[in-house]
Amino acid sequence: MSFAARRLAQAVPLLLIISLLVFGLIHAAPGGPLSLYLDNPNVRPEDIERLKRAMGLDKPLGTQYVSWLASFVRGDWGYSYADGRPVTERMLERVPATLQLVGISTVLAVLVSVAVGVGAALRRGVDQAASIGAVAGLSVPVFWLGLVLQLLFSNTLGWLPSSGRASFVGGGLADRLAHLVLPVTVLALAHAAGWSRYLRGSVRLALAQPFAKAARARGVTETRIVLRHALRHALLPFATVVLLDASIMASGAVVTESVFAWPGIGSLFTEALAKRDYTVLMAFLMCASVAVVTLSFLADVAVHALDPRTRDAS
Amino acid sequence: MATRVPRQAMVAGAILIALVVLAALAPVISPFAFDALDLAHRRAPPSISHWFGTDELGRDLLTRVLFGARVSLAVGFVSAAVSVLLGVAIGATAGWSGRWIDAILMRVTDAMLAVPRLPLLMIAAAVLAPNVAVLVLLVGAAGWMETARVVRAEVQSIKANDFVTAARAVGAASSRVVIRHVLPGVLPTAAVATTLAVGRGILLESALSFFGVGVQPPAASWGNMLYQAQTTMTSEPWLGIFPGALIFLTVLCCNSLATALTE
Repeated sequence: MSFAARRLAQAVPLLLIISLLVFGLIHAAPGGPLSLYLDNPNVRPEDIERLKRAMGLDKPLGTQYVSWLASFVRGDWGYSYADGRPVTERMLERVPATLQLVGISTVLAVLVSVAVGVGAALRRGVDQAASIGAVAGLSVPVFWLGLVLQLLFSNTLGWLPSSGRASFVGGGLADRLAHLVLPVTVLALAHAAGWSRYLRGSVRLALAQPFAKAARARGVTETRIVLRHALRHALLPFATVVLLDASIMASGAVVTESVFAWPGIGSLFTEALAKRDYTVLMAFLMCASVAVVTLSFLADVAVHALDPRTRDAS
Repeated sequence: MATRVPRQAMVAGAILIALVVLAALAPVISPFAFDALDLAHRRAPPSISHWFGTDELGRDLLTRVLFGARVSLAVGFVSAAVSVLLGVAIGATAGWSGRWIDAILMRVTDAMLAVPRLPLLMIAAAVLAPNVAVLVLLVGAAGWMETARVVRAEVQSIKANDFVTAARAVGAASSRVVIRHVLPGVLPTAAVATTLAVGRGILLESALSFFGVGVQPPAASWGNMLYQAQTTMTSEPWLGIFPGALIFLTVLCCNSLATALTE
């Protein structure tokens, strides 16, 4: 079997375990997914019974799980409890905003991490500042950082809009960019903290290798060794680390989008959470997990294809 | 073993101990009673009498932050203990047993790592509407995976040592070998994992409470103080700035300490 096929064979049971976990979690609620209606005096008990039958909640859990999984795989994710629209429709309309926010902040975080990683290898001062900055970035509560930046740059200084994706009165490109600045900064900072620390470590490891010594002996400048040899050496594992952090990115998007009212999937999640909109919550968790598993599969296959050293080990 | 303790770690440790002591002594040292209302000084900015200001009911924020520290720190420490115990147990079992037990445990670990932690916990907390004790268990149950992976790798490498083979050769039971010979070797890793888990637990509790599914009022934690403060950030920023700054400081100390321990 090829590496990709073997790796794929591992991903399938993984996805099954995840689906069991997600399904079990939602059905652990006392009263199941309809628990919110139980507290609502406007919903009669016979309505709940009818809903239960309509949604198949009166069947045994095993049957429910299988039929849920089958429809999920077919792309039928049910209807939102909140407004009755298909979950796929509600999620798809939020995808562009999230892709924009997460995409831009990921690119920014990668650029910052590479700059910091290289700078830290060359200058001791940069190295110390970077390691303090990284610990601080990993420790700050993201939502609090968002609130403080809003307070400072929107409410006090008035430089930037505090929330949303664009102003109500037809804003142009500048307006849209201004709306991006704060959420992108917060999200990029959160990622750059961990990534820069990782890259700094792997560049340092690469610099201790014989090829770096050999280059030094040939009289190659330190800057060139870092840029041409050590960084190249460190970039591939760095790329996989970035891809493998998709799970952390999903958490970060939920927090950042909610604080800045960014109309993406993350804020759809917190809206659904407030309304206990279980179909949306399940779909979100499944999509995010499938994305994480897919990205880690792609990362492994890409590394296997690009880096011959990893092939001997497997 | 006279290893040099870095100054950074000393400072971080000292601040953490001070925070724990202040939290423990909250009923004694706090300037006001936990629920004391001062209706004449509602929404007052920080001043000599109210160092951190007051909230919309005139309650002293410093007092509430001190009491909130009890909940936040307790959640951090206890959830860390739960995470690390689970992680060591699962990692050691997987690493020691090998074969299918290892395969199953590691698949479950991978699965748990693939589900984004915060949304997972937010749903769990929303579904179960837990009290603080259950919340601690949830946060702890969401944090064992990294520890399990590292511990598994360590146990596998320790297992290959001659002293383990020797212990087994003289007929020691598996459980005895693991507890007496293998686990002590895992202790340094577990110490680092615990320190990191305390910080992570505090961050997770604060995020859950910030989204209204964590610690519920009238109990105060740093996270739910932020939840209540977010709508009034512009008019009474101190209500949000202080609790958040304390979360930041505490987690920063934990992470600095963990970094120092690793080196």
